[in-house]
Amino acid sequence: MTRPQAARPSSTPAPLVELVDLSVSLSGVPVLKGCHLTLHRGESLGVAGPNGAGKSTLLATVAAFIPPGEGSGEVLGARLGTNQTLAIRSRIGWSGHIPALYPDLTLGENLAMTAQLTGHPAAEGLSALDKVGLGAAKNIRAERCSNGMRRRADLARLLIGRPHLVLLDEPDAGLDRDAALIIGHLIRRTTSRGGGVLCVSHDADRLGAWVDRVVEIREGRMA
Amino acid sequence: MKVGFWRSAVIIARRDLRVEMRSGEAVSVVFPFAVVATWAAPLATDASPALLRDLAAPVYWLILLLFGMMIVFRQTALETSTHRRVLALTGLDPAARFAGRAAASALILTPVAGALVVPVIVLYDYRPPSGSWLMAPVIALAATGLAMLGALAGDATSGMRARTALAPLLMAPLATPLLMGASQALESLISERSIISWVLVLVIANLGLAAAGVISARALEEIAL
Repeated sequence: MTRPQAARPSSTPAPLVELVDLSVSLSGVPVLKGCHLTLHRGESLGVAGPNGAGKSTLLATVAAFIPPGEGSGEVLGARLGTNQTLAIRSRIGWSGHIPALYPDLTLGENLAMTAQLTGHPAAEGLSALDKVGLGAAKNIRAERCSNGMRRRADLARLLIGRPHLVLLDEPDAGLDRDAALIIGHLIRRTTSRGGGVLCVSHDADRLGAWVDRVVEIREGRMA
Repeated sequence: MKVGFWRSAVIIARRDLRVEMRSGEAVSVVFPFAVVATWAAPLATDASPALLRDLAAPVYWLILLLFGMMIVFRQTALETSTHRRVLALTGLDPAARFAGRAAASALILTPVAGALVVPVIVLYDYRPPSGSWLMAPVIALAATGLAMLGALAGDATSGMRARTALAPLLMAPLATPLLMGASQALESLISERSIISWVLVLVIANLGLAAAGVISARALEEIAL
């Protein structure tokens, strides 16, 4: 399950993500139970587990969408569950189950808007579309695109700017083999400049092809 | 790179207006529906011209409230929790998101509110009082207030299961100062009194809603995430 950490730097001052005995409950139901996780700079980590194991909740917690119940966590130097996380949000890139595109806007408009909101020129959004092979589809409304095209456009969003931490939730869902290469490129691009990637999937073998190491999660506990 | 408040608000407003331009729901669905509702009200009365004329203004404000809510809630429904999460990760100030969304809703609702005057005049044989043009800013202020209230109620109920029922329930009573200000401004115009005090009520209500929206934006966003 765990691969050698060849790419991981040996002396990193502070990890990008560090969860210590962290538990999270949603509507009173415990979802994550005493999780420990460390992600260093330049490292990519996969978390594999069956449906309902808590993978998406783990990502949402690391993205500071959900405050932890017990235990502690630090992401990019900010303590989870505090206002410190507001300052680091713009350094995190997250791609969830469902592509975050507005159906009535074209792919180009969707990406240009993300670029502008992050302080980059709209052209950077269009350039990101080019990088995922969707340059010619920039004028097509998202609602008229295939699921695979929408997933690719969603991944293109993560190429805008330089997120220090990239969180991917089942990123290959709906992608063909060629398009899945984009994920590998995105992960390498992030880790090569000292960022980190946390990727969750039900398919441990698939994850193993992309990331430095894979850990397992079952019923909210990490193996 | 941090994007300023107004720049962010403009980007959000542009997105909402673009979506409305493409879908055209306010103009092609909600407005005709509102006209039908306006037309249906006389059918429920004895249709005497005098009674219809008396009913014209109350029916207009009621239709504006109900169908205005449809328009502004349609706008807030554009954003799913996934969209909100991604927007939060861009570093977007939630107050700017509120401002942009309310501005877009106001820009959509104001012309619809103005256009609704026409079927009321025609179907109710309503004779507008002299100086009726003064009602234009009154309608714009009422529509702007409804837009802010809708954005606020939409954010407050975001992610809730009973959202579609809860948001209007929250919004309708809070719209009272807006409807009172607008309807009383018209009454003042009819009885040839100054409408300034009622315009002031609308301005104060709008400022209060703007302040409430901006102040509560961060807290509501954190709950919705």
